[in-house]
Amino acid sequence: MTERKPVVVVDHLDVDYKILATGRRATGDSKKLIRGTGRGMRTVNALKDISFTAYEGESVGVIGFNGSGKSTLMRAIVGLTPATRGAVYAASRPNMLGVGASLIGELSGEKNVMLGGLALGFTKGEIDDKYDDIVDFAGLRDFIDMPMRAYSSGMIARLKFSIATSRQHEILIVDEALSVGDREFRERSEERIRAIREAAGTIFLVSHSSSSILDTCTRCIWIDKGVLVMDGEPEEVVDAYKLFRRSIK
Amino acid sequence: MNLAEYAAENNLHRVGARPPLHAYLNEVWRRRLFIYSLSKFRIQAQHQRSRLGMAWIVINPLLETAIYGTIFGIILGSTRPPNFIEFLIVGLFIYDVISSSLTSGAKSITGNGALVQSLSFPRMVLPLASTVQEFLNFVPKLIVMVTIVAIFGSPPNIRWLLLLPLIALMVLFSTGLALIMARLTVHFTDLNKLLPFITRILFYTSGVFFAIETVFAGHKTIARLYEFQPFHEFLSLARNILIENTPVDTMFWLYASVWAVVTFAVGVWFFWSAEESYGRND
Repeated sequence: MTERKPVVVVDHLDVDYKILATGRRATGDSKKLIRGTGRGMRTVNALKDISFTAYEGESVGVIGFNGSGKSTLMRAIVGLTPATRGAVYAASRPNMLGVGASLIGELSGEKNVMLGGLALGFTKGEIDDKYDDIVDFAGLRDFIDMPMRAYSSGMIARLKFSIATSRQHEILIVDEALSVGDREFRERSEERIRAIREAAGTIFLVSHSSSSILDTCTRCIWIDKGVLVMDGEPEEVVDAYKLFRRSIK
Repeated sequence: MNLAEYAAENNLHRVGARPPLHAYLNEVWRRRLFIYSLSKFRIQAQHQRSRLGMAWIVINPLLETAIYGTIFGIILGSTRPPNFIEFLIVGLFIYDVISSSLTSGAKSITGNGALVQSLSFPRMVLPLASTVQEFLNFVPKLIVMVTIVAIFGSPPNIRWLLLLPLIALMVLFSTGLALIMARLTVHFTDLNKLLPFITRILFYTSGVFFAIETVFAGHKTIARLYEFQPFHEFLSLARNILIENTPVDTMFWLYASVWAVVTFAVGVWFFWSAEESYGRND
């Protein structure tokens, strides 16, 4: 067996959130609901002792319910959410597809392309090179000088997608629901994600859709309540996940 | 072999690890166009929807000067400093840029949660951009300030060029303050609520609208202590440059420089040493 090259190692990763809880604990005691103060620091263990190794060329699907810790795990892998205990090691800095938070609604599309590109780490020259491609892919040539707040939500989503996907990645994290906009754009965006996936070395795909995981992934990880439940062949993991989902209904 | 050793053996690095200071600063420098664009675009966005647009950058402090001028001009009566209009406008404008840098620096990480959570770049970009934004705003104000002083007070002369090194010191000092506040508010969120009081206390105690030397003439110790109050030093130096008959201790240049360099250096180090904790949700 040939030696596989590891690119991401997640080593006993714990992520805790400390939340200043102003609500009341759901104790089922109606009197407490009215009188209780419940204000204080609460610790939420979003991820508990997660360990796995991803190898070069793998497409790793990540499944789990809402709030199971999928997004936290992805943010920890790219280094946006610091580990409370344990660590994540990677061959190069993993990237998440996304650019939305850096854009400013009051500004024209043109300036937002510039700003988003700079936020992604492009140089001025690189942005100038990609500019036409970004605008044309988003299909916003006629509106690019208008402030972004005048765009429809679909147009904004297209612009964000177009900026975010203009970059090549070695280790890439694709969160679900990235395919946006109308049918025509969705097809184009899915095609682009596929191209990016092929160009990238290693991919993590977070998705609720088991079909897209079965289609594209070579491996699947199932997380529930912050714990890694299963790690293996996509078919096996997706089947087990479906069975589990049905059993708790 | 545990996973950490396995990772090290395969040349993997810990994600999100804080780089050494010089590498970190290199990375920040590489992002200088991002810093500048972020501040410039934010200024444009701020004034996008108001009809007078960018003019508000100047109108605001002028209205403030008019209000404080009227109120304190009357309250202070005969004890008000000579050349009161110039005295007040220099005080207000210079104080304003430093204290706004402090305030917006304090909000630069806590107020940009979504950005910090979604993209990875050296976090120092954000407090730096907020300071650049304040000083870009300061340029038109500076022009108005100098014009007003030229109209009401002394004609411009070559000494006014000393404003440039003074502003350079103010930039260093304000950046340091912004970096320190940016980290402090991450650890103590409630500090943001206290900020308006902190800036107000500084405003009323730094001699923005009264002359420290006159008010504390009878209190030697207090007057002596004030020589080491940085806001007072910056205000006095600016007035000394622009307004006639406002003598200043030359040592203030030294004190102000020390304040600026030390605050900046401490700020850079203090902010960088918590780099890994800025994405945290608590």
